[in-house]
Amino acid sequence: MLDLETIIKRVQEAVPSCRIELVSNESHSGHHSLLVDDGHAVEVARFLRDAPDICLDYASNVTGIDWLNSTVKEKVPVTETVEGEEKVNEKTVEKTVPGYLEVVYHLYSMRLKQGPVILRMRTGNRDPDVHLPSLTPVYRSAELQEREVYDLFGIVFDGHPDMRRLLMWEEFEDHPMRKDYFPPEESDESPIDEQARPKQ
Amino acid sequence: MTSTEEVESISEKSERLLNISMGPQHPSTHGVFRMKAVLDGETVVKLTPVFGYLHRNHEKLAERTSYLGNMPYTDRLDYFCSLTNNWAYALSVERLAGIEVPERAEYLRVITAELTRLQNHLAFLGFLLNDMGVWATVLIYGFREREKILDLFESLTGARMMCNYMRFGGCRCDVPDGWVEEAKRITDELPGVLDELEQLLTDNEIVVARTQGVGTVPGRKAINAGLTGPVLRASGVNYDVRKVDSYGVYDRFDFSVPLGSVGDCYDRFMLRLLEMRQSLNILKAALNELPSGPIINPKAKNRNLRPPAGEAYGRIESPKGELGFYLVSDKSGTPYRYRVRPPSLVNLTLLEDMCVGQKVADVVVILGSIDIILGEVDR
Amino acid sequence: MERMASHYRKSGGRWLGSGILRGMGVTLKNWIGSYFDPSRLVTVCYPGERLPLPENSRSFPFLIYDGDDPEAGLRCVACRICEKECPPECIHIENERDENGKPRKRPAVFDIDISVCMSCQICVEVCPFDAIEMDQIYAISTNARFEPLRLHKEQLLKPNEYFRELSPTRSAAADARREAERAKQAKKKEAGKKG
Repeated sequence: MLDLETIIKRVQEAVPSCRIELVSNESHSGHHSLLVDDGHAVEVARFLRDAPDICLDYASNVTGIDWLNSTVKEKVPVTETVEGEEKVNEKTVEKTVPGYLEVVYHLYSMRLKQGPVILRMRTGNRDPDVHLPSLTPVYRSAELQEREVYDLFGIVFDGHPDMRRLLMWEEFEDHPMRKDYFPPEESDESPIDEQARPKQ
Repeated sequence: MTSTEEVESISEKSERLLNISMGPQHPSTHGVFRMKAVLDGETVVKLTPVFGYLHRNHEKLAERTSYLGNMPYTDRLDYFCSLTNNWAYALSVERLAGIEVPERAEYLRVITAELTRLQNHLAFLGFLLNDMGVWATVLIYGFREREKILDLFESLTGARMMCNYMRFGGCRCDVPDGWVEEAKRITDELPGVLDELEQLLTDNEIVVARTQGVGTVPGRKAINAGLTGPVLRASGVNYDVRKVDSYGVYDRFDFSVPLGSVGDCYDRFMLRLLEMRQSLNILKAALNELPSGPIINPKAKNRNLRPPAGEAYGRIESPKGELGFYLVSDKSGTPYRYRVRPPSLVNLTLLEDMCVGQKVADVVVILGSIDIILGEVDR
Repeated sequence: MERMASHYRKSGGRWLGSGILRGMGVTLKNWIGSYFDPSRLVTVCYPGERLPLPENSRSFPFLIYDGDDPEAGLRCVACRICEKECPPECIHIENERDENGKPRKRPAVFDIDISVCMSCQICVEVCPFDAIEMDQIYAISTNARFEPLRLHKEQLLKPNEYFRELSPTRSAAADARREAERAKQAKKKEAGKKG
């Protein structure tokens, strides 16, 4: 199995203009992943599938994650505002990290029996209709799973051949797996009128 | 501009085409699955699967339940194979939290998972033959044997189908007295039953005529569409997660992976019969070698488990295909994101491709040969 | 080495219809066998005849009390762990309160809604006092959907003897655990007195 650094290098050689970076994962699983910019995701996926020594020919799992806006209290220097030199901010800064939606692809190689390489794409915000490119033209197995992500998270996949809801009905408006979705309160009362029932 | 003849031919064709809706309440759809088919005579021109009749947002439910509390919910995904669901979920959490599993528990997991595979495939044969119009003969024979395995499950875990047996770092309870002997007796009996089933089915002319050449999937296409499990291997692709990942203690057992050559319904059907024989080999070895020792890692925490932040993906070879659980933890007591990679749903990706050009009666057989469970398709 | 299914690929029997006949031999064997061979006739005439349930079999939870008096021998101390851990949230507990409104270590209300309960036995697992266990009752249909399926404390309470009969192994283990705990408490008390 090629390590992720090598894969990043190979991808940058093959698709020069793409931005790809390593997202590390500090849990025990050690599954680190690759964050790809959405403009080149399809090209990158096609390269990963067709390169003979990488050969990730099988997309196992496709899923979305909803990251809410979060406020982080940090004591670190704010590097965004400073150019060239570092300014140490002693005060606790409350930073608002804007939320985003994320799609995660778990890719394996069936031919080389290797994997997983985890590919991620992120949207800029959590608007109701955010767009990401579909990887279904590269991996057919993403077809139903991307429909499910669209249904439950509201990410529209551009280039998907059949972008419809999968599990909820067509008229349903919300996206239930978003973190800010709450189901309409269920009534505890019986839908059948107890009085109307025949007495025993 | 369309010429008059073209308009005529279109209207003629649309008159000839017939829209039918199979399901959701149809005995051959294995639950509440619906297919919108367009027929030209008896030939399928287009087929659209409709999902979601059993959707209960299992994943959202899991995001507000504790890690332990999710375990019984996983039973209800693929309700024929609750033990493999338990295992896949336990495996993912163990990867996420870095929990070791003692040896005896790994053996018990292998034993229960292979018993699950056996009973699932026995029921599968019955349902497939039911779909072909054999009214219940094979189903009853299959269920008769499955019943013995379910009795084993009941005396071990307390329930026949909703077992809720595995825990993070091991299994919930040890085998009762005499259980291993009973399991050995059943594994010794089963080859005879399989011989009988093979005699009954494999060269039956009607089975051959109904399944050979029906719903063929070439191997490359199957890989790209993410088919897994027996459906993939019927197309000749040698990929079994038990061999590839060798999770648990599968690397200690000697078993082979049967492969198909054509990828039609007959191969998918035969593959299950051959797979059951391999499962019996594993079972025999595992029951003989079952080591003594603890069944659960004493350091493993089940209640109030708070795994470190991060993510993990664990997958196993369930009887239906590759079952995966993807978990994202934010250090709280409930998973931040919990995702089931359902083999039944992904295996349906190619349903239309398999069915187009076939007769409408074959659609039922093709769907039966994929072996879906709606509890897992819709979640 | 992989065994290929294609080895088994056949196009029917030796002559047309022989495969069907061979199969019918199997069904004939099963039919005749069902008169002589108990392994081919496995059904019983339910409900007149019933197969014994294995010891571990479980249906719905019940509460255990020691001795004869359900109120005095109640093991439950209303710690509410089971209520918190129950995945479908079907347990409802209210503590008993004294005159000042301070909660006592006894449940005043202990309800289990068995129309919601999914028999997962997590409540049994998490109970530190061995106060709740799984019953084996079945065929418990009622004539309404809500109230009769909500079991109250009085209906849930069953004596320890019942549990001993139900599951000798598990009850013996629970009794041993409780005895050890009691011995430990007594020792502690004694040590406290001496000190």
